[in-house]
Amino acid sequence: MNDAVVWLTIFVLSVFVGIEVIAKVSSTLHTPLMSGANAIHGIILLGAILVTGTTDNALALVIGLVAIVLAAVNMVGGFVVTDRMLQMFVRRKRPARTEPGATEGGAR
Amino acid sequence: MTAVPVWAQLVYLACAVGFILALKGLSGPRTARTGNLVGAAAAVIACAVPFFYVDLDHVVLILVAIAVGTVGGVVGARRVQMTQMPQMVALFNGVGGGAAALVALLELHEILEQPGGVDVVGWFVLVATAFTIFVGSVSFAGSVITFAKLQELMSSAPLVFPGLAIVFGASLVAGVGLATQLALSPAMWVGIVLALVGLLFGALLVLPVGGADVPIVISLLNAFTGLTVAAGGYVLDNVVLLVAGTLVGASGTFLTLLMAKAMGRSVSNILFGALKGGSTLGAGVASDRPVRSAGPEDVAIMLAYADRIIIVPGYGLAVAQAQHTLRELVDVLGERGADVDYAIHPVAGRMPGHMNVLLAEAQVPYEQLKEMDDINGDFKDADVVLVVGANDVVNPAAKTTPGAPIYGMPILNVDEAKQVVFMKRSMRPGFAGIENELLFEDHTTLLFGDAKDSMSKLLNAVKAL
Repeated sequence: MNDAVVWLTIFVLSVFVGIEVIAKVSSTLHTPLMSGANAIHGIILLGAILVTGTTDNALALVIGLVAIVLAAVNMVGGFVVTDRMLQMFVRRKRPARTEPGATEGGAR
Repeated sequence: MTAVPVWAQLVYLACAVGFILALKGLSGPRTARTGNLVGAAAAVIACAVPFFYVDLDHVVLILVAIAVGTVGGVVGARRVQMTQMPQMVALFNGVGGGAAALVALLELHEILEQPGGVDVVGWFVLVATAFTIFVGSVSFAGSVITFAKLQELMSSAPLVFPGLAIVFGASLVAGVGLATQLALSPAMWVGIVLALVGLLFGALLVLPVGGADVPIVISLLNAFTGLTVAAGGYVLDNVVLLVAGTLVGASGTFLTLLMAKAMGRSVSNILFGALKGGSTLGAGVASDRPVRSAGPEDVAIMLAYADRIIIVPGYGLAVAQAQHTLRELVDVLGERGADVDYAIHPVAGRMPGHMNVLLAEAQVPYEQLKEMDDINGDFKDADVVLVVGANDVVNPAAKTTPGAPIYGMPILNVDEAKQVVFMKRSMRPGFAGIENELLFEDHTTLLFGDAKDSMSKLLNAVKAL
């Protein structure tokens, strides 16, 4: 099989998987899901590392390092912020435990 | 580029599976947090792999850059308030898109440098490179404008100038033309101009989008960045980028459609509605028509003697940090025998599902939160509806005024209640920039003031009764 066709096959199958895995998401989770998906595309960091590590041009090196910083912000920040949001949903599911004394000033 | 050894390919495959599991987990409340952690683990492992099979130069610099980005990301993510979440997501998405465009530019440089260059890679790789450069730039510029709108660094009203449609069309044509040029006879300057045109196009794409629709655009740009990462994966011959990017691109597009549906809008209307003209966009000025306003004591009496009360929380409530006082008020009213629920509009807050995040932060009990479809039939039986810092999601213009920016959006049927109380800072229109007719109705009372201040006065007044 031609290389391009292999890539196309993976692409098309991934499209279907991508739609299928979130088909039943509730609107409550739209924001965290968007943020989590956002973090996942931060994987461009991997690409940025590869191109930066294999260049010998000074300008390209600088641009590559900028790309690494941006991609790392995207990836790390995305996962951390999603986790912060989801932490709140976890706490809310057990109101009985957090109820006493939590009426005022429960959050910072 | 170094051939990828089999062990590394297998690790990449495992990471790709990890991303699928992450998205799957994120779509259910019980598994969401685990899903996110699985995604993070897969991302870290995938990024570590090249250090073990590629003979990388500048390793120290690379590690420093990663550390800088990590610190920036963590600090930003920890500091951001929950109310500012939409613009934070936009910003993270923008830098990701920018990174993808830069990576593609560097790869183009590398392709041009290598002996025999262009003939080795073939035109299809060049098309993918051009796509990544252009769409990555669009995503970056669009996200920056989105951030500026939500952060109120610029007006969130749609920004349209004469000839916008023409410049917009021209930049799209130029983008496609340059991409074709890049595929046929690649040169570095073509790639750079293509990136600049992408920046222009991205800005023009978002400027005409009105405040309430901005979150949909964030989601769409998020999907765009996913697709650029996928194309980048093809260019770099890296399967985990292809799979992860495609997953985000496909699920992001699907999520965008779901959100648009929740708002009763079509994506094309959101993007190009203002370009076509004819939309009656609010000037954002306060009206001087007469309204009925009352003090906290009067409202307290209305609430204290009501049997059925529905609270409609909005973004203004969260901004004022009045959730805790509101919760206390609801507790007191409940003790007095009233039946109280919160009615949550799917797009309350500034992004679909955002209000749930905000109220979860305030530890409002889950059982009192009612989704729109479950509670919309109850408003006609409600003695009092208390609207706190919400406007657009209860605006009847969504039903009655074709051409209004929110026309067609399903709303909470607050107008059917016997009494409506709006807690508002001023008569300034909401995020969508249009006036709310409900404010001028006979059965509506306004309680002016800062939500937190008014809320504690209201609480004390109810307690004193």
